[in-house]
Amino acid sequence: MSRLQVVSGKGGTGKTTVAAALALALATEGKRTLLVEVEGRQGIAQLFETEALPYEERKIAVAPGGGEVYALAIDPELALLDYLQMFYKLGSAGRALKKLGAIDFATTIAPGLRDVLLTGKACEAVRRKDRSGRFVYDYVVMDAPPTGRITRFLNVNDEVAGLAKIGPIHNQAQAVMRVLKSPGTAVHLVTLLEEMPVQETADGIAELRAARLPVGRVIVNMVRPEVLDAADLDLVETVPRAAVARALSAAGLGGARRGGSAERLVDPLLEQAAEYAERYALEQEQRAVLGELELPLHELPLLAEGMDLAGLYELATELREQGMP
Amino acid sequence: MSPDPAHVQDAARHRLSPARVLDIDPLLDDPKTRIVVCCGSGGVGKTTTAAALGLRAAERGRKVVVLTIDPARRLAQSMGIDSLDNVPRRVKGTEGEGELHAMMLDMKRTFDEVVEAHADPERAAAILANPFYQSLSAGFAGTQEYMAMEKLGQLRAKDEWDLIVVDTPPSRSALDFLDAPKRLGSFLDGRLIRLLTAPAKLGGWAGMKFLNAGMSMMTGTLGKLLGGQLLKDVQTFVAAMDTTFGGFRTRADATYKLLQAPGTAFLVVAAPERDALREAAYFVERLAAEDMPLVGLVLNRVHGSGADRLSAERALAAAENLEEPRIVDQGDGKAGLRNSPDTYDSSEPPAASSASEPLPPGADPDVDQLTASLLRLHADRMQLLSREQRTRDRFTARHPEVAVVEVAALPGDVHDLTGLRNIGDRLAAMRPELPETRTDT
Repeated sequence: MSRLQVVSGKGGTGKTTVAAALALALATEGKRTLLVEVEGRQGIAQLFETEALPYEERKIAVAPGGGEVYALAIDPELALLDYLQMFYKLGSAGRALKKLGAIDFATTIAPGLRDVLLTGKACEAVRRKDRSGRFVYDYVVMDAPPTGRITRFLNVNDEVAGLAKIGPIHNQAQAVMRVLKSPGTAVHLVTLLEEMPVQETADGIAELRAARLPVGRVIVNMVRPEVLDAADLDLVETVPRAAVARALSAAGLGGARRGGSAERLVDPLLEQAAEYAERYALEQEQRAVLGELELPLHELPLLAEGMDLAGLYELATELREQGMP
Repeated sequence: MSPDPAHVQDAARHRLSPARVLDIDPLLDDPKTRIVVCCGSGGVGKTTTAAALGLRAAERGRKVVVLTIDPARRLAQSMGIDSLDNVPRRVKGTEGEGELHAMMLDMKRTFDEVVEAHADPERAAAILANPFYQSLSAGFAGTQEYMAMEKLGQLRAKDEWDLIVVDTPPSRSALDFLDAPKRLGSFLDGRLIRLLTAPAKLGGWAGMKFLNAGMSMMTGTLGKLLGGQLLKDVQTFVAAMDTTFGGFRTRADATYKLLQAPGTAFLVVAAPERDALREAAYFVERLAAEDMPLVGLVLNRVHGSGADRLSAERALAAAENLEEPRIVDQGDGKAGLRNSPDTYDSSEPPAASSASEPLPPGADPDVDQLTASLLRLHADRMQLLSREQRTRDRFTARHPEVAVVEVAALPGDVHDLTGLRNIGDRLAAMRPELPETRTDT
């Protein structure tokens, strides 16, 4: 199992949720995982129902069986100062840089540099060992940028290594790329059973493969339960309206005669079934497209009550049962 | 303050109070509306909304250009723009007098054009060939926001269209597209540039002695950090940009003012989900802080039901009755009515009609099973509906000043102009004076 798990996906597919559930799922049997947020949205804090995370690693959850999940929201500005301090002991020069707007420049105008810091920090956490030589974190899970930007994001160090041909930045960039391109890393893509996210997932996988980044699994999120099966859907087409009205009436929903309460439910209910049928067909099509990607597929259910902390544990259990870690 | 919210919610059931409804057509028809900016988080249908608004405005007689940024391929094809060439193309197949044009932003091309327009040919060539520039213009995400605004400024300056609809980039944070012009401007105007372009002059700066130690240390460090060649590339780039873009800040300010001008309308796009609406609230607050003219919120993919008189609880109870038919068949056939019939459709006494139509013996068990499934499907729908309403109500409670338009969910994706037209109809369907239209169709 790769120690760096990168989770990406189209906006709105719930990649932060999946990343958090995966971090929980990996934290079994006394294992320790670090969940890293790089987009500054504090999505992890919201999911775990805690206050905004500072730029420090802190424990946010205990997994069943005693494992621990730590979280880190990377602040690019602090990460840059951190980085300069760590490598170059740039205390006062760091502050001067800040006054000059260089930090602003580095972290906002040239987000490429920001991406260098974010990926660098994650790789540092992967490699970090304690005094006894054990890895501090068994797994690092990254809630990464969306599918459209993931390849460029992970590959930014290649670009940097090309720009800065010598020097410590070059060396650091190369070291990070070695981690990211190794089997120690897996990039997972989260999607929905809808056309655009599936298309974007397929495109994203092609890009990752072209860049020789290790593609992990495809996770289909928010899968709706099957309420009507194929036989039901056939019957919907042919069933006499009057028969449905009688059944509704028998169930205690009023009169089956024309204009009766039960009778007036028939059209809207059949209408909803037709919408369901249309979506069902689209979902089957998208499943087939995903099947052609030849990657392990996982499906996570749509939680009827909406997403909360309990739901997160539910999804983590689901991932474990599907053999995700 | 407003009346008891619980009461309002109850009386209006799923509808918004009329004062809060955003009426799209007058906005699109008003000749004073020159720019519509759609913003919102990723995955909420922002690009589709922009395209649908553009099409609707065109078919209502205006000459429109839609500026999209990296749209899904199918959507671009639905408007007939699959070539990424940075030039507005006429969309064929629109109805009526107006015109619809569409273009996709090519970030690098736009950046190149800015350079070509503002530098003499020799200098332009030097900039375009600079490796740092190539990386900055093609790759770095912050420039996308800037270039979208730059392109908007260009389109507006041409004055060829009477309405420009802009789809903003899927920013990693809401701040980026408002901040990028300022940041780029202030960077190019800033002290860092002077430092990079003229390190030798540093000693001459007055009143900055305390910084000087840090600065000389820094230029040395920068060289060490970046490697000599890169530092030279950066310096060349910055020098060329500096002399070329003397008025960069002025341009950035002009774009910013254009956004604040009365002819601009900001629409925040969201879906009725917690995260999307939280981002939307953030956008709303941010736009207000920047004095940007927000006209309302477009809430996409809202679900409705033609049978919303039947609650989820009652639908589930009825489904159970059908799946255990003996319970229903017992007694006088009214067993199913134990589920609080008084909450249900008071216009008709259900007991009477039920009793007058006794269940035919040997009712088809397949139909019973199907009907039970239909009821369960309905229960799911009603639960979704109430969840969406709760989420929306939380937003409107926080921002009662924001007008909202709800767009009914489509079961499938949009592939062509007909689909976009359909969305446009749905956008305009919820008129304040006709609050019934949405739920009853």
